[in-house]
Amino acid sequence: MKICVLVKEVPDAAVDKRIDPATGRMDRSGERNLNPYDTHAIETAMQLREGGQLEVDEIVAVTMGPESAVRALHKAVSLGADRSVHVCDDALAGSDVAATGYALAKAVEREAPDLVLLGQQSDDGECYTIGAVVADHLKMPSLTQVVKLDVDGDALRLERQAEYGYDTVRVRLPAVISVGDAINEPRYPSLKAIMGAKKKPLETLDAAGAGIDVALVGAEGSRVACGDFHDPPAKPAGQIIEDENTDETVAQIVAWLEERKLI
Amino acid sequence: MLTVHSSYCADMDFELSDDQQLLRDTVREFARGEIAPVAERLDRDHEFPYEIVRKLAALDLMGIPFPEAYGGAGGSSLDYALVVEELTRVDSSVAITLCAHTSLGTQPLYLFGSEEQKQRYLPRLCSGEILGAFGLTEPEAGSDAGNTQTRAQLTDGEWVINGTKQFITNAGTEISGLVVITAVTGAGAGERQREISNILVENGTPGYEPGPPYRKLGWHASDTRPLSFADCRVPAENLVGERGRGLAQFLQVLDIGRIGVAAMGVGLAQGALDEALAYAKQRRAFGRSIVSFQAIGAKLANLATEIEACRLMVHKAAWLKDQGRSFSLVAAQAKLKSGRLAVHAADEAVQIHGGYGYIEEYPVARFYRDAKVLTIGEGTDEIQELVIARALGA
Repeated sequence: MKICVLVKEVPDAAVDKRIDPATGRMDRSGERNLNPYDTHAIETAMQLREGGQLEVDEIVAVTMGPESAVRALHKAVSLGADRSVHVCDDALAGSDVAATGYALAKAVEREAPDLVLLGQQSDDGECYTIGAVVADHLKMPSLTQVVKLDVDGDALRLERQAEYGYDTVRVRLPAVISVGDAINEPRYPSLKAIMGAKKKPLETLDAAGAGIDVALVGAEGSRVACGDFHDPPAKPAGQIIEDENTDETVAQIVAWLEERKLI
Repeated sequence: MLTVHSSYCADMDFELSDDQQLLRDTVREFARGEIAPVAERLDRDHEFPYEIVRKLAALDLMGIPFPEAYGGAGGSSLDYALVVEELTRVDSSVAITLCAHTSLGTQPLYLFGSEEQKQRYLPRLCSGEILGAFGLTEPEAGSDAGNTQTRAQLTDGEWVINGTKQFITNAGTEISGLVVITAVTGAGAGERQREISNILVENGTPGYEPGPPYRKLGWHASDTRPLSFADCRVPAENLVGERGRGLAQFLQVLDIGRIGVAAMGVGLAQGALDEALAYAKQRRAFGRSIVSFQAIGAKLANLATEIEACRLMVHKAAWLKDQGRSFSLVAAQAKLKSGRLAVHAADEAVQIHGGYGYIEEYPVARFYRDAKVLTIGEGTDEIQELVIARALGA
């Protein structure tokens, strides 16, 4: 079987994120890294291959992004993907979630994978929705926020993180599955894997090459309009309770929680 | 068709390659994720980091600059310097364990060992299965390393070794496999001239005993001991390199080692700055974060500037070595400057932490204890000055 893993280059976790007021888009000029959630998706693919219950012939990392996004693919293949596909075209800049999902789906469609994995959210946009959009275009079931994944005969048994516990789901492939960071502990790439990554095939596609209709992508093809951003309101100062008499302190904390109907 | 020689058109390039950036970022994440959570405990308990060494080995980091044919990673000196810097940024004990193993324990065998010795030992060293050590320093032979008193006499096809070594890293752990020592193997020409050679001794050889670990100021989680040799017999073929070339050989080994130790200085200084900056942002005095006071900001700015200068020197020394060019002078300069910087940066970081810096509550107290050896080990500052002055023709 073939697994496609969708990956994204995002601002490094150590960088303070800000919206560029001139463009209304995120300022991505600083240090960048592979989206941490996507490393969990790659690890999931690797564990499926190494587990041996499914015969995984190929793991393909797919990204859409500017030229620099090739570094995210470099890391993805050093973590174990066999080859990578980079969809890169100026026409794609400014795509919203729906347009990005469409473009990624077109690139994935060419690969005809049995399973599509991705991180449940990106560290920058945090939309949580790309998996569902891709699945819709590919006409595959979409499973999101998956924190446990086991092979069950010819299907997969998954646990989805739900608001009040877990949903257990059995799904036949093909499917699009987005994973949370609780699903596994991603490995670090070894030095030999890093140095060998450049030898693995990298395919670069422009929009036409990926079969993308440019009218449906980019800022023009996106229906979301961004612009009016505000800082979140400042948090009010907290209340500090001095612990002079523990019984009184506890009573005060309980009263505070009850007042807000938290207990 | 016009052919332009690359050296005429290549601009100076300060950019690390994609591989090097990924390696640096990987080790940075590894150090934060795997070492930082246990560094304080290992230091407090003087516990050797076996588990971390095992993980470093799994990442191919215990034999970075050696060819893949011998089990190494086939990396460059610059790769090695980047790894050492990132490790030291979080924990010096782990860094010196990797450094001493690579530059001192494994390097002499790679540079001077016979093909048979390389085949036999390098794969196990590079895979981290065993640790290597280098036995040079003696009670009477530190900076004056030529004054080695340990003797090895060739008798019936065996070297019979007698003497003591001290301050030796990596020789007494559960995974220590061998030490390459310098020993007097005969009389040389002229006054005070002795024939010095390098000889390999495997751990477990009768007559070779690593002594109890030292009570050190810092580097508490690394293994440092005296070694004693009492009628210790090893086969004649354990000679490493040419007989009588021991002095020249270890000088060459130390030259290379300086790149690693200089990278440790940069890493420790950067780690101290990281800690000081984070603390200064969250510590409040007089109603504001202390980072907003000019006296604190100036300290941080000066450290960042010195660190950048030192880092460039380390990278240049590594780059020169990778180009096959003479690097000894720049390596000595980098080592001299970065050792001093590490001591200064740790001092400033403790100062910025105030009273909290003087107790083992934050990592800076450990950094302060770990820093000082960097002006002493792998050639004291005074020896670096000597090397540099000689290169100037003084």
